[in-house]
Amino acid sequence: MQNPQAAEAGLQSIPALLARNADRFGNMPAYREKEFGIWQSWTWFDAARQIRDLALGFLVLGLRPGDHIAIIGRNRPAHYWSMVAAQMCGAVPVPLYQDAVADEMAYVLENCGARFVVCGDQEQVDKVLEVGERAPGVEHIIYTDKRGMRKYDHTRMNALAHVQAEGRAAEPRLGAELDALTAGLGYDDTCVMLYTSGTTGKPKGVVLSNRNIIETARNTAGFDKLQQREEVLAYLPMAWVGDFIFSVGQAYWAGFTVNCPEGAQTMMTDLREIGPTYFFAPPRVFEGQLTNVMIRMEDAGAIKRWLFRHYMDLARRIGPQILEGKPVGLLNRMRYAVGDLLIYGPLKNTLGYSRIRVGYTAGEAIGPEIFDFYRSLGINLKQLYGQTEASVFITQQPDGQVRSDTVGVPSPGVEVRIAENGEVFYRSPGTFVEYFRNPDSTASTKDAQGWVATGDAGFFEEATGHLRIIDRAKDVGKMADGRMFAPKYVENKLKFYPNILEAVVFGAGRDFCTAFINIDLTAVGNWAERNNIAYASYQELAGHPQVYETIREHVEAVNESVAADPMLSGCQISRFLVLHKELDPDDGEMTRTRKVRRNIIAEKYADLIAALYDGRDSVSTRTEVTYEDGRKGEIRATLRLEDARVIPTQAMHRVAAE
Amino acid sequence: MQDGYTTPDGRQIGPVLLDLKNITLRFGGVEAIKNISFDIREGEIRAIIGPNGAGKSSMLNVISGFYVPQEGEIWFKGHRRGPMKPYEVARLGLARTFQNIALFDGMSVLDNIMTGRMNMMKASLFSQALWWGKAEREETANREQVEKIIDFLEIQNIRKTPVGRLPYGLKKRVELARALAAEPRILLLDEPMAGMNVEEKEDMCRFILDVNDEFGTTIALIEHDMGVVMDLSDRVVVMDYGRKIGDGTPDEVRNNPEVISAYLGVAHE
Repeated sequence: MQNPQAAEAGLQSIPALLARNADRFGNMPAYREKEFGIWQSWTWFDAARQIRDLALGFLVLGLRPGDHIAIIGRNRPAHYWSMVAAQMCGAVPVPLYQDAVADEMAYVLENCGARFVVCGDQEQVDKVLEVGERAPGVEHIIYTDKRGMRKYDHTRMNALAHVQAEGRAAEPRLGAELDALTAGLGYDDTCVMLYTSGTTGKPKGVVLSNRNIIETARNTAGFDKLQQREEVLAYLPMAWVGDFIFSVGQAYWAGFTVNCPEGAQTMMTDLREIGPTYFFAPPRVFEGQLTNVMIRMEDAGAIKRWLFRHYMDLARRIGPQILEGKPVGLLNRMRYAVGDLLIYGPLKNTLGYSRIRVGYTAGEAIGPEIFDFYRSLGINLKQLYGQTEASVFITQQPDGQVRSDTVGVPSPGVEVRIAENGEVFYRSPGTFVEYFRNPDSTASTKDAQGWVATGDAGFFEEATGHLRIIDRAKDVGKMADGRMFAPKYVENKLKFYPNILEAVVFGAGRDFCTAFINIDLTAVGNWAERNNIAYASYQELAGHPQVYETIREHVEAVNESVAADPMLSGCQISRFLVLHKELDPDDGEMTRTRKVRRNIIAEKYADLIAALYDGRDSVSTRTEVTYEDGRKGEIRATLRLEDARVIPTQAMHRVAAE
Repeated sequence: MQDGYTTPDGRQIGPVLLDLKNITLRFGGVEAIKNISFDIREGEIRAIIGPNGAGKSSMLNVISGFYVPQEGEIWFKGHRRGPMKPYEVARLGLARTFQNIALFDGMSVLDNIMTGRMNMMKASLFSQALWWGKAEREETANREQVEKIIDFLEIQNIRKTPVGRLPYGLKKRVELARALAAEPRILLLDEPMAGMNVEEKEDMCRFILDVNDEFGTTIALIEHDMGVVMDLSDRVVVMDYGRKIGDGTPDEVRNNPEVISAYLGVAHE
């Protein structure tokens, strides 16, 4: 390890990185976990010791190279150690979602043929036992939390601590064998296998190699200049590729500290105590926190409310510029500094974001107001775009080039191209090896040159080179005059308004676009209460003239923003109606994960769509509804159809001229 | 049954821990408990059931030493127990929860549970006031024990929350935590599920079973919810108008005609 170059070249597996970290950062914290009310910590040296004991223990139990070992549990150091220990033995870790029911687990356990299963607690052990014969390969269960486990038949079951103790005792006997196995790990050997959640069909095991993970970790750690001193909070499911990249790949590459919360419910408290410097959260986490802040401010005293409003207005004006290091006047800088002292600092501290250097969000569209709120406070929140098959990163936003409507530039080492139909393809060192035991799916996803289809449609902005994702590729269509139609793009913009819960936009093959709007009963109901507007039912509130008025304003504001986009300006909404019932999974109008089922809605409400396009002012309809207990009922309504102002654009003129 | 028995689910129940012989308790002219005898064995979950006013809570208060019966004997671990103050009973290893929650509303969950360790703190008032020397060491050791209980009952997220702000079901859990903090030999639970929704009841059932299983704590509980009692308990005493009308395993009690007419038949079916 004398020559740093040679050392780097030898780093071709996670265990190799672990050895380097134990050597180089031996006394720095690698893991922390809050337990019994105290943050317990393990240095890289401790972690290497713990992992080695566990790996030796696995060998004692008979783990063989090439075996799969499933890990089911919440984010705990012991579970991360299990993954690396498995790798040291040449086995493949397969983290599973801990909220999976036994049936889903049965499929995955059977598919990967896991011989060993590491379970977080009794609940997970019970599920694995319930799976029983459906996953005949399972030979050993190892559990972390001993609670409630005393009475179980232990002929094929061990506590993780006991496995480690046995491993420690076996060091003289098996140490050399383990070293040989670890030394034999190659760059193209499998690092981890992660199952995609599988919205359609059965989950697929995505095989990621050491090359995929380490190259991605190295490139992206460089992109954001991640240091050894970063702190992350590991709270997202271990089965999700993001957690593997952040809490294992990048953590081992850069040598930073992974903090595990006490439990899912204490996550917010633990976040505040740790104050991570590098943080990832899906948009709903940021939304939830913002809502909490706003509600609590409503309850605050008049002076505090005024201070908050005043300084948040200031932050919104100049905060993002200061964050991006753009020129801002001295007076404004001083005012911002006062705001930081009075409002922004304490607020960030309460949220646990005081120390964030790099924050990411991804997964779905984030509302621009929400995004700007955090950025105006001086939190460097950015967006990335990725998927499991890419080892997360496809594109990400560089510091200083952050906007809520793009997903950034291609990550280092990633090539992105846009197909004829607008679909985004990528090729990168992180591109997955294959779907496990599924060559057909592999072949249909990844072509011979290594290009992978994302299933999303998007385009590069010419001016900035940033990628913008519009919609799922299969939903993107053309309007009658050939302009691009991307319903989800517009729906997302509509849904950013608190009053709008859902929106469904129509327009494929038509001359203009129309929309169904679902009001958000909480937000609109609240508004009605404050304004003394009486209503007896959802239907009545939805049809209220003032509600229509408000929604029309929202629609027109959205039209304005859509019009600013030359490619998508055709998607402005000319006519809309507010639906008399909430779209509901029970009626088949949405999936259980609350994604709109376009085709079913178009079929069920064909009369309403027809009315939107034939110029009538109102339409009477009957709709079948399913109650929660399965009974069917019918509601009748007369709905108003309303026109919204559309901004004429160049694209329209051009089309008209052709 | 002399030296214990094995439950259907394979738990080993030990010898008699608490033996109540011919207990009679009067309030003036009212006989709340009429000549009742039963025993509680080491490691078992023993339920006392009966309609309202049957004398269940009085019975629990006799066990906890709060009421002194006019007649009868109480034997604990083979020794006859004379009249005792409640704190002396607590030192013997009995802890209880109350039908109406009796926590300190203004104090945090953690502090409330710490009060359960009071009997184990020996440092002088002076030392405690300064939090120095023995007091500090004691508090650290006791806090560790309390944290284990917090972990066990899964209330980490409300550790620092004032009890007054908690919903009812959680308060009940905190009360259980405080009772457990005293590391009791026998845990007395007065209607632990009263006023809870189904989910809270299920949680509480699991905790009671886990306490019994992990710590080997003997549990005596009073409960109205028949389903809960029949599922949880190893043996059940049935009371009606201060008399014992049944005693045995849940199945035996369920099929006892007197019990059916007094309680199950009339009140529930």
